[in-house]
Amino acid sequence: MSSPFGASLLLLGAAALTLSACDREEHHSRGKPIGETVPAGSSPQTIFPGSSLPPAPDMRAKLYDNNANAISRGQQLYTWMNCVGCHSHGGGGMGPPLMDDQWRYGSGIAQIATTIAEGRPNGMPAWRGKLTEDQIWSLAAYVRSMSGLPSKDAVSSRSESMSGPTPQTLTPHPDTTNSDAVPQ
Amino acid sequence: MRRFDTVISAFIPAFAALALVSCNKNPGPPPNATQTYGQVAGGPHAVPPVAAAPADDGNWTMPGKNFASTRFSGLNQITPANVKTMSIAFTFSTGTTKGFEAPPLVVNGTMYIITPFPNNLFALDLTKPGAPTKWVFKPKPAAASQGVACCDVVNRGAVYDAGKIFFNTLDGQTFAVDADSGRMVWRTQLGDIQNGETITMAPLVAEGKVLVGNSGGEMGVRGWIAALDEGSGKIAWKAYNTGPDKDVLIGPDFHPFYAMDRGTDLGVKSWPPDAWKIGGGNVWGWISYDPELHMIYYGSGNPGPWNPDQRPGDNKWTTGVFARDVATGKARWFYQTTPHDLFDHDDINEIILADIPWNGGRRPVMLRPARDGFFYVIDRRTGEVLSATPYGYVNAYKGVDLRTGRIVPNPEKAPKVGRVVRDICPASPGAKDWNPAAFSPVTGLVYIPHNNLCMDFGAMEANYISGTPYVGSDVKMYAGPGGNRGVFTAWDPVNRRKVWEIKEDLPLWSPALATAGGLVFYGTMDGWFKAVDARTGKQLWQFKAGSGIIGQPISYRGPDGRQYVAVVAGVGGWAGAVVSAQMDTRDPTGALGFANAMKDLPLKTTAGGMLYVFTVRR
Repeated sequence: MSSPFGASLLLLGAAALTLSACDREEHHSRGKPIGETVPAGSSPQTIFPGSSLPPAPDMRAKLYDNNANAISRGQQLYTWMNCVGCHSHGGGGMGPPLMDDQWRYGSGIAQIATTIAEGRPNGMPAWRGKLTEDQIWSLAAYVRSMSGLPSKDAVSSRSESMSGPTPQTLTPHPDTTNSDAVPQ
Repeated sequence: MRRFDTVISAFIPAFAALALVSCNKNPGPPPNATQTYGQVAGGPHAVPPVAAAPADDGNWTMPGKNFASTRFSGLNQITPANVKTMSIAFTFSTGTTKGFEAPPLVVNGTMYIITPFPNNLFALDLTKPGAPTKWVFKPKPAAASQGVACCDVVNRGAVYDAGKIFFNTLDGQTFAVDADSGRMVWRTQLGDIQNGETITMAPLVAEGKVLVGNSGGEMGVRGWIAALDEGSGKIAWKAYNTGPDKDVLIGPDFHPFYAMDRGTDLGVKSWPPDAWKIGGGNVWGWISYDPELHMIYYGSGNPGPWNPDQRPGDNKWTTGVFARDVATGKARWFYQTTPHDLFDHDDINEIILADIPWNGGRRPVMLRPARDGFFYVIDRRTGEVLSATPYGYVNAYKGVDLRTGRIVPNPEKAPKVGRVVRDICPASPGAKDWNPAAFSPVTGLVYIPHNNLCMDFGAMEANYISGTPYVGSDVKMYAGPGGNRGVFTAWDPVNRRKVWEIKEDLPLWSPALATAGGLVFYGTMDGWFKAVDARTGKQLWQFKAGSGIIGQPISYRGPDGRQYVAVVAGVGGWAGAVVSAQMDTRDPTGALGFANAMKDLPLKTTAGGMLYVFTVRR
C-alpha cells in the first residue's frame, strides 16, 4: 500500500476530491415538493417477465444517495428509532448486519427505503406512517453508507457510539468477493 | 484436595447404606435401576430431596431431568474406565442452522427433539435401527417473531408428562402434542410479538399445571409466569413480575426474608412513574418444583432498559427469585439478587434443589450459580441466603451483605449516561448465563459450565418504541483475567470452594450432564463434546461435532438396556449469534456487545443442527 504508485494515486484522488467537493450535493430548500409515493425499489436481481427493462428508477434516489446531509440525519434517526438495537452499529444481532456486502433485498437506496417503509417478513418492522418519507430516505442513505457504498466524503467522520466501531471514514471495507473473511 | 478425599471416602459407607434403603422402598427394582441417592440422610455432602429427584427410570422427560433440576443421570454403564470406547450409535439432522439449546427427551423408547425456530418437534423411534422418524409436528410460528427475539431464535426444550409433549414457540404459543400420535391436543396463545414478546423457555409441568414464562427483557416487555391447565391449556393463573401486588399475586401469604423485599406495591413504587409497564423481569430461564412444599421456584430477568439511570429504584420484582404456590400462583417469598440491576445480570439461572449439612443439621436449600458471579445457597422454605460466594472473577460487586441480603455494587463500575465504564467483570452474560450446571449426589459437587468475560459499558438514553429494542447501551465484551473466555468449575456448595476447574478458550454455552458412572459431559462452542472424570476433572474422551455445541447433553437407557449419551450440536445463542446470524465482526457492539469477544468464532465453527447419540462398546 505504501508504494510510490499508491501515494501518487492518493494525491490524484485528493485533488479530484477537492474539485468535486464544491458540488458534492445539492439542497433543494425551495425545490418543488416530491409527491409522497411509496418507494418502489426492486432488487437488482429482480426478474421482470416479458421485458428486460427494469422500471424507471425512483427520482428521490439521486437526491438522497451520497448526500452528506441526508446521511447525517439518517445517522441520528438510526439511534433514535432503535435501529441500533437490532442491527448494532452495522454488525447485526437481532437483525442482519448492514456493514457487510450482502443485501437480501437489494443494495440500492430505493430498495433499502422500501425495506424500511414496508418491513420484511422475517421480522423487519414497517416504519411507514411512523416516519416521514424524508426520514425514511435519510435513514436509507445512512444504512447504505454503512456498507461503504457511497463515497467517503459524504459519510460522517464521527462515530455516533461510545464504545462502538471506528467512524465510517476509517472503517475498512475490503474490496473483495471473499466477504466472509474474518479480520483478526 | 484433601478435603475432597474425605468427602469421597465418607460417601462410600453412605452409598452402601443407600443400596439397602432403596431395596426397602422399591419392591422389584427394574434391571439396571440405580440408587436413590436422595435417601441418604445426614450424609457428608449435599443431596437432592428424594421427592423432587426420584430414582432414575432410564428416561429423560424434562430438561432438568427432575423437579430438583439436577441434570444427573443415575445410569452407570458408562464409566471413566470404558468411556474411551464411546462412539456414535446414530445421528439425526434437525434441518436447522440456528442456536440449538434444547436437550433431547427420551420417553419409553421414543426420543423427542424440539428445534429452534421454526420449533419443529420430531419423534424418533429408538426401538428400530438408526432411530427412524415416527412423526414430526410443525407448529408454524409467525416468521416475524424472529425479528423480536433478542439473542438468536432459540428454544430451551420441551417437557413430557402423562402422554403429552409440551413446548413453546417463538411467537408466544404453548402447544400440547400427543406423544404417541404427534397430533395437537391444544394450543394457547400467550405472548404478542407486536410488543416484542417471545417465548424461548422450556415449560415445567407440576401438579397438573404447565408453567410458562415470557421473554423480551431487551424489548421493554413486562415479565410474567403463567400456569396452564395440563388437560385444556386454559390459563389457571398468571403472575406478573412488575406492577401492583394484585398483578404480582402478592397477598397475605407473602413473607420475604429480608426487609428490602417487604412493602406494598413495590412493583410500582420502586420504579419511575409507569416504567414498570415496560420494565422487563421476564421468565425465560428455569423453573424448579418442591413437591413437599408445593412451591415452584424461578428467577426473573433483567429490568428494562439496560441503562440503569433511566429507572431509579430497586425495580421490583426483576432480577430476583420467586417462590410461589403452584396451585394458586400466590407469591410465598422473593429475594432480589441484584436490586436495581446495573449490568443486565438477569437472575433466570437454574435452581438446583438440595438438602445440605448446615451447622450440624440439614437445611432444605436451593443452589444457584448466578449471573452476578456469586454461588448462592438459599433456604428454599424462607428465602434466607445462607451463603453467597464468588465462583468466578467479580469486580462489579464487593459482596453480599448476609444481614440485609443486599448485594453491594462497586460504585466505580456503575454505568453512567454518556460515559464508558471499562473493565466490568462479569460482563452482561454474567459469570454464567442460562446454560445450567449439573449436580451429582455421588460427589456432592455442582458442575458449572460458565464464562470468564468482562466488558466496557456505555450507557445512553433509550427510546421506548413498542416492538423494538429498549436497551440504551453500547457494550463491548472481551476475555476476563487469564485470557480464557470459558471455565468449567466443579464447586463444593457445602464448603463453598472450587474443587477443580478446566479453563476453556471459548465461553461455555452448553449445559452440563453428570452421571452415576462418575462422568461429567459438556460441549464447547467450537464443537468438542467432552467427558471428564467427575472427581478430578481429568478429560477422558472427546468428540468433534460438525457445529459448535450449546445444547444440553442427556443420558438415557435405550430399549436394548444400554446406556446412551445424546447431545445436539448447533452453534448460536447470544454467544454464537456471530455465526448463526452471520454477523459482521468489524462492529464490536454487535449482538449487544458479544460480537467483540467472539471474532474468531466464524473460523472455528459453522452453523448446523445435528443430533449425536453415543454409547460404549459392549
